[in-house]
Amino acid sequence: MSDILKALIEIVGERGVSNTPEELWFYSRDPGVLTPHLPDYVVAPKTTEDVQKIVQLANREKIPIVPMGNGMSLAGLVIPLKGGIVLDMKRMDKILEVNQMARYAVVEGGTSQGVLKAYLQDHYPQLRHSIPDAPPTTTIAANMALHGQGRLTQQYGFNTDMVTGLEVVLPTGEICRIGSPSLGPYWFSKGPTLPDLSGLFLGWLGTTGVITKIGLRLYPNKKIRDVELFVTDRVDLIPDMLYRLTHLEILEDVNVWFQPKPLMFQDNFHITLYFTGDAEEEIAFKRKMIWDTLQPYMDSKDGGFMSVQYMKPMLMEMPQRGIADFADVPKGGGFEYSGPITIIEHYPQYAAKVVELAAKYDVLYASSARLISGGHCMMFSISFAFNRNDPAMMERVKHALDEATAFALEMGGIPWKPNFMEQKMTMAKMDKNALKLLQMIKKNLDPQGIMNPGNWEVN
Amino acid sequence: MAYAHTIEHAEIVHRCFRCGYCKFPEDYVDFNCPSYKAFGWDTYSPGGRMWLIRAWLNDEIKASPHFAEILYSCAACDNCKNQCVFPKFKDFLPEIFQETKVELVNEGRIPPGVRDYLKAIATNGNPYKLPQAERGKWAEGTRLEPYTNQEYLFYVGCVGSYDEVGQKMARSVGRLLVNAGVSAGFLGSAETCDGNEVRILGEMGLFTQLVGDNIEKFKERGVKQIITLDPHALNVFKKEYPKLGGTFKVFHYTEILAGLIKEKKLALSDYPAKVTYHDPCYLGRHNQIYGPPREILKAIPGVELVEMRRNALNAFCCGGGGGNFFTDILGAGEDSAGRVRVREARDTGARIVAVACPSCAKMLSDAVKTEGLEDTLEVLGIAEIIEMARAK
Repeated sequence: MSDILKALIEIVGERGVSNTPEELWFYSRDPGVLTPHLPDYVVAPKTTEDVQKIVQLANREKIPIVPMGNGMSLAGLVIPLKGGIVLDMKRMDKILEVNQMARYAVVEGGTSQGVLKAYLQDHYPQLRHSIPDAPPTTTIAANMALHGQGRLTQQYGFNTDMVTGLEVVLPTGEICRIGSPSLGPYWFSKGPTLPDLSGLFLGWLGTTGVITKIGLRLYPNKKIRDVELFVTDRVDLIPDMLYRLTHLEILEDVNVWFQPKPLMFQDNFHITLYFTGDAEEEIAFKRKMIWDTLQPYMDSKDGGFMSVQYMKPMLMEMPQRGIADFADVPKGGGFEYSGPITIIEHYPQYAAKVVELAAKYDVLYASSARLISGGHCMMFSISFAFNRNDPAMMERVKHALDEATAFALEMGGIPWKPNFMEQKMTMAKMDKNALKLLQMIKKNLDPQGIMNPGNWEVN
Repeated sequence: MAYAHTIEHAEIVHRCFRCGYCKFPEDYVDFNCPSYKAFGWDTYSPGGRMWLIRAWLNDEIKASPHFAEILYSCAACDNCKNQCVFPKFKDFLPEIFQETKVELVNEGRIPPGVRDYLKAIATNGNPYKLPQAERGKWAEGTRLEPYTNQEYLFYVGCVGSYDEVGQKMARSVGRLLVNAGVSAGFLGSAETCDGNEVRILGEMGLFTQLVGDNIEKFKERGVKQIITLDPHALNVFKKEYPKLGGTFKVFHYTEILAGLIKEKKLALSDYPAKVTYHDPCYLGRHNQIYGPPREILKAIPGVELVEMRRNALNAFCCGGGGGNFFTDILGAGEDSAGRVRVREARDTGARIVAVACPSCAKMLSDAVKTEGLEDTLEVLGIAEIIEMARAK
């Protein structure tokens, strides 16, 4: 047994470390199209102190560490590109606190979205968090490490905007509290009015430390939630429709989607509008406001509301279980997407690009955009399904996604959860001084370069 | 694609997305896969298992003892089949796991506990390695007669025949059938293993032999209807025996007792107790029998039935399925299924955990001891509770 393995067992016990071929094989990959790379160890800490000791060991021995939630970014962000330790955080899954009055929760770094949702439903049914459409096994901390979005992103911004404090283990092993918890027992602010240090960790894909605790805002869980579905074949009108809709400031979530299959959806663009209220009168009023806003497009016969009856259970689900089903359309178990953040005005160009790329690479597409922060920008997903048993199709999807990222950068967009190649493309285009600053931060925080190496690596 | 190994459903294994819905119950309150809960590695989840099977089929990993442990730690509870989000794929999950175990048996790469179990069944007809002559001992004092063409065969199974906890359950059912005047008999020393676990562990040769022998025996004796003590037996009689020529009308004892109570053939007295009911996987998820045990408990005056957080379709397994009752691959650690389940039962405030399966009874009784809950929680079979209510 190697000295490293012995040391790891000493920290987390025998059931907390594995270097068997089975675990190494599994933790070398994610469900996307990127090439796997084997780690040397998979380690599952149970406490912040475990994480600290593992990081100290890795720092001393210069061993890469890749923090992992459920590994569902699909962009290979937890593939250990340079080997080392994959840190499976899911055994740190406690919900530590809910402050009902201040509307925040504090959870450990491996707590899943699903478990928090169920916990709030059981104990604080009047509160909710911004749950993403990723599977419920995905973890809250991982979502924050990649600037995730969720059901409340239209109203309140990226999920990272909802963070209210962090505990992180720095790459050199120090345990550090960020925001109001650095001064006292309350987790109500990640930064303001202090210098906002949370920005050193949120969205960094685990390259600057390991998030071991996280505070996040909770929001009122209204008694009634409803949905309307507007359909148009005029892609050029969508930015204007979204502009008018966001002016209302009453929508919980807005998704714009189009897909060629099933055929009933072909050639149309669908705007799903979610809204909530505490009384039927409030719902009726909001519905009227939505209908009134879109009435001009109905008058000009450019669109209309579609009956949502048979789709309603699926549309109302959080997360939507049917989303993963897209992977099975080519009977193949896979899909991956590029999700650039862009301005709403560019919706038509992005929509055209999806169709163009799907035709060029002979792959099946689907797209769903989500408005962010009242329409200041949107996440535009360019999704391609693939058959995992068809390496050629996977390669085509990879090329299509690379081209989608190049297009997004040309259009002035920002790639969301970019894989290591897309990060390189992004850094090549980035303002040189911004890149230098990124490098300075990374070097100072992680002098040995052990944290998820290969990602946000400035050479 | 050429596989070094093959299983019947090899061509669809790649369709697992490993999204992880299969780990959870419907509302995500906690992990509902017993092996993932116990071991904590993604490899021990249904998706992990599926991806490893694909790697093994592609010869990217070998059938190592660890691979076999991962496969055999599956409790066959069927939660994954119910929670998987791929409608055309989900029904095959348990088959894919079972087919892989068949290959491991064929290649002789099974864990020692599995080997010993199968060997004991092959040699002794039961996993306890006890004499066949002792198989009917549980019936002493019940006044239940040996089977001689009565309306029902009361089939008890290995756990009910030999395990102390199972025997208690079997005796209670036997006595109630007699008291209610049900025409039923038992096979005693003529009874042999039903084969449910043998099948799930992948020994298809032994399984076919057991089923063939049982079908012949049942037919010779004119058996038409069977009441089972054990939901595992119910499952295999209902689903597998017809494929091999043995079609019988099969009931679980709770279905029969619920009917007898409705027909007022079993009078019940007041029995004040707060009771929670644990759904056995082979009765609930596998065979959708959720109502009768609850109807019985609700019919007992004074019983307050409180549900555990996870119940019915979403119930958490006791950890005894998939042969784990005998092989103990899941172990008795803090997150082992039985211990998690009795903590969940404790949280309801109930003083009795009602069970309808001898394996669950044993698993949960052991877990109550390990958790130090003997003073607050008692595990009792549904028939035992009825008898207590009748004794007053």
